Amino acid sequence: MNFTIEITGFVALYVFMLAAFAGWVIIGRVPAILHTPLMSGSNFVHGIVVVGGLFALLNASTRPEQIIGFFAVLLGAGNVAGGYAVTGRMLAMFKPSIQAPTTVTKG
Amino acid sequence: MIIQVSQLVIGAVDLIAAFLFMYGLKRMSSPVTAGSGIYVAGIGMLAAVMASFLYALDVETAARPYLMNNIGLAVCALVLGGGVSWWGGRKVAMTAMPQMVAIYNGMGGGAAAAIAGVELFGGKVSGMTQLAVTLLGALIGAISLSGSLIAWAKLDEILTAPLRFWGQQAFNALVLLGTIAVGGYIVFILQSGTQPLLTMPHLIMLFFACALLFGVMMTMPIGGADMPVVISIYNAATGLAVGLEGFVLQNPALMIAGMVVGAAGLLLTLLMARAMNRSVSNILFTNFGAVVQQKQGNIKGSLKPAGAADAAIAMRYASSVIVVPGYGLAAAQAQTKLFDFVKLLTASGVKVRFAVHPVAGRMPGQMDVLLAEAGVPYDMIFQLDDINEDFKDTDVALVIGANDVVNPEARTEKTSPIYGMPILNADKARHVYVIKRGQGKGYAGIVNPLFYEDNCNMVYGDAAAVLAEMIEAVRGLTKAAA
Repeated sequence: MNFTIEITGFVALYVFMLAAFAGWVIIGRVPAILHTPLMSGSNFVHGIVVVGGLFALLNASTRPEQIIGFFAVLLGAGNVAGGYAVTGRMLAMFKPSIQAPTTVTKG
Repeated sequence: MIIQVSQLVIGAVDLIAAFLFMYGLKRMSSPVTAGSGIYVAGIGMLAAVMASFLYALDVETAARPYLMNNIGLAVCALVLGGGVSWWGGRKVAMTAMPQMVAIYNGMGGGAAAAIAGVELFGGKVSGMTQLAVTLLGALIGAISLSGSLIAWAKLDEILTAPLRFWGQQAFNALVLLGTIAVGGYIVFILQSGTQPLLTMPHLIMLFFACALLFGVMMTMPIGGADMPVVISIYNAATGLAVGLEGFVLQNPALMIAGMVVGAAGLLLTLLMARAMNRSVSNILFTNFGAVVQQKQGNIKGSLKPAGAADAAIAMRYASSVIVVPGYGLAAAQAQTKLFDFVKLLTASGVKVRFAVHPVAGRMPGQMDVLLAEAGVPYDMIFQLDDINEDFKDTDVALVIGANDVVNPEARTEKTSPIYGMPILNADKARHVYVIKRGQGKGYAGIVNPLFYEDNCNMVYGDAAAVLAEMIEAVRGLTKAAA
């Protein structure tokens, strides 16, 4: 059994195309009320770059590679943690009316 | 055997993570499910980061002697970067959210560029395609890093005046072309094996320096009011850079997450630009935001001041009120007071709704977050298209700290810089009260004829103080009746 991943040429382009289309559709009908949390939420998602940083750092074999790899992980971790913290805080604030007051009706 | 197991685990976890990211983003696109959306995405992220330590079982031969060292560095970087950012993210005020998102985004771009740096300095990239993709990802990531930092400085008002000079666009184009030329030269040298003019590390450094410089130069001339759109563009750019580096590292989770964010960020940018009635290229290249000189010929009527108590009592006896909040409300930190006042009104049977303009606040959607922070339930908050027709059947429109988004000139005055921007039809309400600090102009520096209309009264003063007075007036009324 071999679990090595190899994505080359056209396969890569297919992956990119489908992912881009998925992103476009997923965000497609988002209400303006969520624009800020969504921007920060998608900002959190590209924090996955930290995984790439870890790969690069673990495979570093010279001093410059180690230093740059360290910064890759440092910045990536900052992206992840900060993105999650602010998005979580913002989204936790969005609450419906607890008992809809008689005077407030959903238009 | 053990290597195969680790490959299997990493592959499976990354696959699940990629799914959870998309599922989480989908849940984040409705206020009902949004809270769990970020949680779902967070689980995917945590699992992916944990699993990536399994890479340690299968490192390159050259890196084996340094493995313990590198693991230590990785843990330090995770704790340090993650800890500081987490602390900052928990503490930051909601009004400062745009610049915070800018910083986190810059970090992501920097990380993508740094990955490219490791691969290039380590000489690990081979083949034309791999090299070109690495360099392209590095270019975009570096631009996103330095550009986001400038955007942060502008939003935080560290940099106030936009930097503009003659021939700026030509200069910027030259810097970009220079960067691409250096990148092309690197590819040429590595492919042909000829002797370079500079040593390879120097060439790579020159490449990064040019890319960072371009990010700075491109962002400097753009005015502070346009920064949110710029951040959104850089957010998409970082996603793209992450996706490209994911291809270089042969990591499909990075490719997918990066590309999803790239496309989503692009769409979000277009939506924001449309709400501001601007095109993206107009924002990036025409440097709007210079002071607009404008004639005042067509203003009829006069400004009619009113007392806070009178306005409050008028709203108490109205049957429907629409509140139009603007950034002035948040600047005065009066959202909670406003909601207290609104609760008093609803308790006495007035139908109150909030109408939020897409670009209210300094970032699209920020006003919704600020209202939510004050406790306003999201089913009381209405967006422009959903509520604009209702103004004409509404007794009172209460405009607080907003100006340009209710300026009727946007509908009629072709010479106005905001002509064509969709606005809230506050002027169509039977009566309008405007709470405003003074007689100043809006962000765009334009006189607002709404304030001079017959059905409009101005309540001057700090929003928090005025609302406190309004609350007192309505309470006094209830007491007197009892």
